[in-house]
Amino acid sequence: MHPAFSVIFLTTLIGVGQGLFLALMTGQSYAAVGLVTVSNPNEFYAYGSVTALLFLIGGLIASFFHLGRPERAWRSAARWRTSWLSREVIVLPIFMLLVFVYGMLHFIGWDPNILGAEQPLQGQLSLFVGILGMVACFALFICTAMIYACMKFLQEWYSPLTVINYIVLGGASGFTLATLHASVYEPGLTQLFGVWATIITLVALVTRLASLYRNTRIKHKSTIQSAIGVRHSSIDQKTQGMMGGSFNTREFFHGASQIWYRSVRWIFLILTFPLTLALLWAGLETGNGLFLALAFVSQYLGLIAERWFFFAQANHPQNMYYQSI
Amino acid sequence: MTQLALVIDLNVCVGCHACVTSCKQWNTSGPAGFMSDDNPYDKDPNGTFFNRVQSFEIGEFPKTETVHFPKSCLHCEDPPCVPVCPTGASYKREEDGIVLVDYDKCIGCKYCSWACPYGARELDEHQKVMKKCTLCVDRIYDESLPESERKPACVMACPTDARLFGDVHDPDSQVSTAIREEGGYQLMPEWGTKPANHYLPRRKTRIKIHEDELIRADNPLKKEGVKPRTVVDEPTLDDVTSW
Repeated sequence: MHPAFSVIFLTTLIGVGQGLFLALMTGQSYAAVGLVTVSNPNEFYAYGSVTALLFLIGGLIASFFHLGRPERAWRSAARWRTSWLSREVIVLPIFMLLVFVYGMLHFIGWDPNILGAEQPLQGQLSLFVGILGMVACFALFICTAMIYACMKFLQEWYSPLTVINYIVLGGASGFTLATLHASVYEPGLTQLFGVWATIITLVALVTRLASLYRNTRIKHKSTIQSAIGVRHSSIDQKTQGMMGGSFNTREFFHGASQIWYRSVRWIFLILTFPLTLALLWAGLETGNGLFLALAFVSQYLGLIAERWFFFAQANHPQNMYYQSI
Repeated sequence: MTQLALVIDLNVCVGCHACVTSCKQWNTSGPAGFMSDDNPYDKDPNGTFFNRVQSFEIGEFPKTETVHFPKSCLHCEDPPCVPVCPTGASYKREEDGIVLVDYDKCIGCKYCSWACPYGARELDEHQKVMKKCTLCVDRIYDESLPESERKPACVMACPTDARLFGDVHDPDSQVSTAIREEGGYQLMPEWGTKPANHYLPRRKTRIKIHEDELIRADNPLKKEGVKPRTVVDEPTLDDVTSW
């Protein structure tokens, strides 16, 4: 498949936003049961929510560049019964609204105990909104990933690993950003988020390697024999019906050289995992925010390469009809 | 239930591209608007087509055969492009099974083209909506045309009658008979899309002639080795008859 930058930015940016929101909720959950204390909760959660929201808005804007007719985008909520894309279109604004409400509750400091004052849990309203936000967040991860994972003949994508990778890669980048965010607004939580970012990045490394392992050994069900229905072992295309190219030759081939294609895999593997982990470790050891910022930049650039490779690696069966001019 | 479809006879197709040009001409002139055609006679020609003819060489030289393979939307009975459409612009008609795109609802997200294993859909570069074969839905029901012309433009254009058009759910239709009797098959059956369009394979017409049909085994002259003797010492009919 041809990697479209609109979709690469959409999926990576909202992944960061979702991961950051999950990190904020992790922090608040720890604080609610007294495992950590947040000295300046209103600023920390409110600014974190704003950052998450900015990433989500960035992703939403990027998605519009994918559409041929962006002015009709509102129509895309219609078929949520059958289409994962439609479901994503519905869940994304719901999640953004919940992040906004969550951030506003913290910003204005209005956090009544809706369960009653005698409960030990504090910050009940924002926790309640945050839990709804987490549900929407995971629903959004699933919708985004299922857009790709539901197409059975794109065998590289048709796997639960696709959904798992979208969740853990988004989560890893969000927690890395949360570590940076904490180092600025709430240094006491830097270690907590740093450790979680490390753990999720390591999990993501395992699951992404698993999908790479699966995809390099995939056996494609469709062959040129089944594509044109001729039972012969030697079939050679002589013409594809045109010489100037078409939508079929532009949309479904990544168009990059083999060297570039192979190197992107190593670029994303190195940037997203070992380099990020090293920078995170350096940041946590020295307490220097610059390392944490570099860790996030490294991981985000790595994820852009990862998403490029995710698309480029998927081999669409229609490509068999376009093997030769 | 009706399921209109094409049946394409690969045994007869000569790869002349008449269906391609006829399709483009009819559909670019239709009420749905033009089909993009940029630089048609220049460098980097680029345009939208509903139908293409590809050619494949089967076998290795010198034992090769060229198969010309017309490729358009197959109007699947279980079309994977329809449920993925977020707007409902892509739909399958209940009454005749034609898969269509509502150009006024399409947002051009290309998701349906990803979901089609056959690559039958193209995004129009100017209208920015997804386009595909309509089975000439604006032609086959047009009562201002004589009944013999209420067929898709590609079928009308084919000089060798390689393209048949009809209802594949009617067991007595020409297309169903051809599929049944000539070994019609579907493309990529492994995905369960159940394409309505079928292809008829290459067929060899051979007569089996046994040797005893050329040399009569029951020739009485060869019976038990008795051969006609030439009698020279007897008088001929001319000798004994006075005419």
